[in-house]
Amino acid sequence: MSVSNNGYYHDGLVLRLVQFSVLWAVVAMSVGVFIAAEFLWPTLDLGQFWLSFGRLRPLHTNGVIFGFGVSALMATAFYSVQRTSHVTLFLPKLAWFCCYAWQLTVLFGGISLLAGWTSSKEYAELEWPFDIAIAVIWVCFGIVFFGTIARRRIRPIYISNWFYGGLIIVIAMLHIVNNLALPVSIGKSYSLYAGAQDAIVQWWYGHNAVGFLLTGGFLGMLYYFLPKQAEQPIWSYRLSVVAFWAFTYSYIWAGPHHLHYNAIPEWVQSLGMVMSLVLLAPSWATMINGIMTVSKAWPKLKTDPALKFIVLSLAFYGLATFEGPMMAIRSVNVVSHFTDWTIGHVHSGALGWNALVTYGTFYFLVPRLVGAELHSTRLANLHFVLALAGTLLYILSMWAAGVSQGLLWLSVDKLGELSFTFRDIMTGMKPYYALRLVAGLMFLSGTVLMAYNLFMTTRGRQPLQCAPAPVPEPWRLPESGYRTVTAKQVNA
Amino acid sequence: MNGLGLHKKLEENAGLLIFGILFVSAIGGLVQILPSLFQESLSAPMATTRVYDAVELTGRDIYIREGCHVCHSQQVRPLVAEVERYGPYSRAGEFVYDRPFLWGSKRTGPDLHRIGGKYSNRWHEVHLLDPRSVVPESIMPAYPWLAERAATAAGDIQQKMRVLRRLGHPYTDADITGAPARLEGLRELDALVAYLQMLGTGLDPAVTDEHEGH
Repeated sequence: MSVSNNGYYHDGLVLRLVQFSVLWAVVAMSVGVFIAAEFLWPTLDLGQFWLSFGRLRPLHTNGVIFGFGVSALMATAFYSVQRTSHVTLFLPKLAWFCCYAWQLTVLFGGISLLAGWTSSKEYAELEWPFDIAIAVIWVCFGIVFFGTIARRRIRPIYISNWFYGGLIIVIAMLHIVNNLALPVSIGKSYSLYAGAQDAIVQWWYGHNAVGFLLTGGFLGMLYYFLPKQAEQPIWSYRLSVVAFWAFTYSYIWAGPHHLHYNAIPEWVQSLGMVMSLVLLAPSWATMINGIMTVSKAWPKLKTDPALKFIVLSLAFYGLATFEGPMMAIRSVNVVSHFTDWTIGHVHSGALGWNALVTYGTFYFLVPRLVGAELHSTRLANLHFVLALAGTLLYILSMWAAGVSQGLLWLSVDKLGELSFTFRDIMTGMKPYYALRLVAGLMFLSGTVLMAYNLFMTTRGRQPLQCAPAPVPEPWRLPESGYRTVTAKQVNA
Repeated sequence: MNGLGLHKKLEENAGLLIFGILFVSAIGGLVQILPSLFQESLSAPMATTRVYDAVELTGRDIYIREGCHVCHSQQVRPLVAEVERYGPYSRAGEFVYDRPFLWGSKRTGPDLHRIGGKYSNRWHEVHLLDPRSVVPESIMPAYPWLAERAATAAGDIQQKMRVLRRLGHPYTDADITGAPARLEGLRELDALVAYLQMLGTGLDPAVTDEHEGH
């Protein structure tokens, strides 16, 4: 097959995925705001089973992670792998299939969650027919991605592709192993693992879905778009490479910190805790690398809203990857476990890091895709304020709620009697839940502003046609079909 | 060849990169996760732990369908305050017939692992249909539809038990043949309450110590 699309990058696909991603962000965050309101007005479900909190909460998390997050990761992976490989996509039709098949999976998967089809495992709630669909699409994603790398025209594989590659490979492994089950009917199956073993496998998955999708995948995005926006090379390429391998090796061990003091072997808990602490090093190495890269481009922050989002996302990335290891320490976890602190931690990562780095990337990417200026810089700056304030208020309210819950639950008097009833502690959470609702509304309205801004930017415009740039001599690879070209072959 | 030379190879060969990622990321799972899948203490039932009967199993699947685990944990940690509040802490052997496990990650409401037998069936029924009539401050959703649906409508119970038997749960032919009759005339609400009343009752009293004797 010769290079299709007349030799131009497949940027129409990128734009379509960005549009889906923004759509899911608005939908899934709206669901989040609605269920935050259910904490204050528990009859908001109007007696309808499909508006019940237990069904909407997985819809919110799946919508954000798989709708918004994965669509954004596919968009940016397809965009950057073409440019860092100096070729167009391998099997573009398969790439388009990934795009639409994924959207249908998220849509019908979401509906199935409302219908009560759920495996109950966090971030893996979708039942077996969807698990199979996800596995198939994921393999196709991998074929397109690695196929594009295999026929690249430049010798080194750029660091962003390593993180996207880690995302594709490790998530495939985790997804398949964790979801092994025997079906009972189309919407029900029983896990191959039971009890404590099921718990250990699930949190190996659950923690590393966060690790390789929400952290690693988005680091791929960061490593391509941060240097582009800052117009600076990465501060230390070697550090990014070392951090990548340290990250890939150590993240996978950390899952059992979700099961501290639970009925699993103590050595598994302790190992999970120690490796969680080790994880701080590669996480922060990446943050430092990012901040040093921007440090030569500070003046740009005044004029470029996109760069502001990305720099702020690095700060929240640093915060969340510090907080995570701290919460993995058993004596801290004894307070934080089962409380709203966990919810706060997740959102400092999901809002502060994942959403902000994606928003910054979209503000940078979308105008370039269609060859226009951003519709409104003022709206983007307003979005920035709403996003920052919303995230901070969310985290602070959930910290306050979570720490109080944790300490009050554990509190006993001199005689060893409980100081507070569960009911009293829960009733005291109302103000924090109200603040959280306000925070969510702020963040959501910022996202809606962005959706409008990006819509107006692209309205009536087509993606530009860009062809791969030529590769300078010492780095150039000869045209080689789809073979993986090693250094040796080039030298020969 | 020094480290950087090796790395140059990785950096320029997609196949090696794929293999490297797979290898490096698999180590943790192989060392830390795999052994627990073969550890007897995690898969052997306690002497007093039994499988869920047809009604309880139906109730458990309703519990999952409604997402009760989203707000209620089933895991009492071995801490003074938790044992005081909920009862004896959870042991691995109690969960060997739990597919999937329902330990949860959030306590918006209280832990439910030792809820069995603490309240009457009637209390649970009223509470599930209208939580605020018994706990005015409660923020739990109401589940009115559970009273309107027959327990037999919540999935093919015989097929469920056959699948679980294939996974090693000791159901007899009589258990499976008699299952539909057990559900006859029951509402989903009754099945869910039966499950809640059975929760945490499989603990062997011989393993608890005096501090847990509430």
